[in-house]
Amino acid sequence: MATVDPGLVAPAVPPVRTSQEPARRRAPGARSRVGRAVVWVCLLLITALFLYPLVWLVTASLKTRGQVFDNSLLPSPVMWENWLTVWEELPLLNWLWTSFAIAVLASVAVAVSSSVVAFGFAYFRFPGRGALFGLVLATMMLPGAVTMIPVYLIWKELGFLGTWVPLWGANLFGSAFYIFLQRQFFLGLPRELFEAARIDGAGYVSLFTRIAMPLAIPSFVIVLLFEFQASWNNLQGSLIYLNAGSVESFNAPLGIAYAMTKYSPTAGGHGDYQYVMAASLIVTLPMLILFAFGQRYFIEGIATTGRKG
Amino acid sequence: MASTTAPTARRRRRLAPQARREAIAGYLFIAPWLVGFLVFTAGAMAFSLWLAFGRYNLARNDITFIGTANFEGLLTDPKVATSLGNTLFYAILAVPLEIVVALGLALLLSRVGRGAGVFRTIFYLPKMTPAVATAALFFLLLNGNSGAVNRALRAIGIEGPQWLVDPAWVKPSIVLMSLWAVSGTMIIFLAALRNVPRELYEAASLDGAGSGRMFFQITMPMISGAIFFNVIVLTIAAFQVFDSAYLLFWRDNANSSPEASLFYAIYLFQKAFRQFDLGFAAAMAWVIFVIIMLITLVQVRVGNRYVYYESEN
Repeated sequence: MATVDPGLVAPAVPPVRTSQEPARRRAPGARSRVGRAVVWVCLLLITALFLYPLVWLVTASLKTRGQVFDNSLLPSPVMWENWLTVWEELPLLNWLWTSFAIAVLASVAVAVSSSVVAFGFAYFRFPGRGALFGLVLATMMLPGAVTMIPVYLIWKELGFLGTWVPLWGANLFGSAFYIFLQRQFFLGLPRELFEAARIDGAGYVSLFTRIAMPLAIPSFVIVLLFEFQASWNNLQGSLIYLNAGSVESFNAPLGIAYAMTKYSPTAGGHGDYQYVMAASLIVTLPMLILFAFGQRYFIEGIATTGRKG
Repeated sequence: MASTTAPTARRRRRLAPQARREAIAGYLFIAPWLVGFLVFTAGAMAFSLWLAFGRYNLARNDITFIGTANFEGLLTDPKVATSLGNTLFYAILAVPLEIVVALGLALLLSRVGRGAGVFRTIFYLPKMTPAVATAALFFLLLNGNSGAVNRALRAIGIEGPQWLVDPAWVKPSIVLMSLWAVSGTMIIFLAALRNVPRELYEAASLDGAGSGRMFFQITMPMISGAIFFNVIVLTIAAFQVFDSAYLLFWRDNANSSPEASLFYAIYLFQKAFRQFDLGFAAAMAWVIFVIIMLITLVQVRVGNRYVYYESEN
C-alpha cells in the first residue's frame, strides 16, 4: 500500500521520518562515545520501565490467585487455564462483539462523512467557506461536557436510548479532527487533476469518488484507525448509553469495570484478580493487533494533526 | 429595503452560472457537517444553556425555568469546590510533568539513529492499551500492601505510600498513569525536533556553544510552537480527566472513595447520570467551559509572546 506523501499531508507540522537520513544521524551532544553510551543506557532503562507494566499484565494473567500481586515475571505454576476460564466466568465474547461492531460502525461512518465534508471544503469555492471552516476548527476546542447532556436528551427524544445508535450515530455528520486531516490531504492534490476530469465530463460526485478518494486512502485509513481506537476506548459514552442493560449487553470498557468489581473482596468476590488481568489482556489484544498493522498510520496521523488519540 | 437588496443582486449577478453550480455543490458536500453542527453542537449548546437555568424532571421529562438557582447551588455545594480544586491541582501537576517527560523521551529518541523506531513502538504501546485495562493493571500494581510497585520499593529499602488510599497520593497515582501513556505528546515533539535545521547546530558548535546552550538557544525556540500546542491540548484534557479516576474510585458509587479523587468531570457525570439533576450538571458544564476558555486564552496570550513562528503569514 502506498505511504502518505509527507508533502501532501503535512504543510503545518513535519511528518515523522521512518528512516533517518545519514546527515542527521550524528546529533549534537551524542558525538562522543561516552555521550552515546549514556543516551543508550537511559533509553534502555526507560524502555524497561515502560514495558514492565505490560509484561507484568501478561504474567499476572497466568498466575494463581495467591501470586497475582507479586513481581515474578515467571509464574509457577503457569496457569494457562486462566485464559480459558475467564471466557466461562465472564461474557467476554458478547463484550468484544459489541465493542467491535460499534467501533466498525463509528469508524466507517466518521471516515466517510468527514471525507465528503473535507472534499467540500477543499475543492469547491463558495461564499462563507473560510468562516465555516473556522467554525469546524473551533469545535475541536469544545470540551465534551458542554454538549454531553443535551445530546443525551436528543437521543432520548429520538427514542434511541438502550440502542447502540448514540455511540456512533453522531459520526454520520463528520468530526472536526478528521475533516481537518482529510482536507489537508485533498488540498495537496493538484487542481489540474480535477479540471482535466471536468473537461472529460466528470460530475462533482465522480470527482470525489473516482479521483479524490482513491488517492486519499492512506489518510482515510488513519481516520479509520483513530476512530476505531477512540470507540474501543469510549468509557464515558458506554456508561451513559449501555450501562442500563444486562451484563451480557455490555461492551469491553463496561465489562472490565464490571469484572474489577465482581472479583473485588469488598464487593463479595474472592480477589481472583488473575481473571481481571486475563480479561484486560484480551480487550487490549485487538488494539495491539491494530497497532501492529497500522503503526505507521498512527504515528503519521499524530504528527500531522497533533491529535492525542 | 432597496439599498439592502441591491448589493446582493449584484453579487448574485457576479456569480456566473458555472460558479453558482459549484457553490451549491460545495454546500451540499459540507451539508452533513452543517446539519451535525446545528444539532449536536450549536443546538446542543443553546439547549444546554437553557437547561442550566432550569430544573429537569425525569418522570415528566420536562424542564422548569428556575433562574440562576443552579449557579447559586454550585456555590453552596461544597463538592463542586472540592472537585474543581482537585482538577486544578491535577492539571498543575500533570501538564508540566507530561511536557517534561514527553520532551525528554523525544530528545533521547532524536539522538539514537537506527534504533529509534523500535523504541518509539515500545513507548507507544501504553497509548494503545485501553483506559480500562490500564486502570485495572495499575489498580494491582499500585496496591499499597502487596502491589508490585511497593514490593519493588521495599526491595531497595523504601516503604512506598498507600497510592490509591492515601489522599495525598491519589492524584500522583493518576498522573503516573497518564505519564505511562504520554507517547502521543512525544510523537509531536519528535516531529518538531526532526524539523530543526541541522545547520543551526553546526553554526553554533563552530562558535563554541555547548550542548546546554544549544538546547536553550536553538532547540527550545525552534520547537516552541510544538510546546505551546501540547500545553494547550494537555490542559484541556487535564480539566476533563475522567476515565482512570472513575474506574479506580467511583465505578460502584461507593461512599468510601477518597474525596481527593473526586474530579470535576466525575462529579458532573454523577450529577447528570446518577442523580439526573441535569440542570445542575449543565450549569457545571458551562462553568468548566468558561474556565477552560479563559485559561486557553491566557495561554494563547502568553504563548504569542514567546512562541517563534518560522514563517509569519
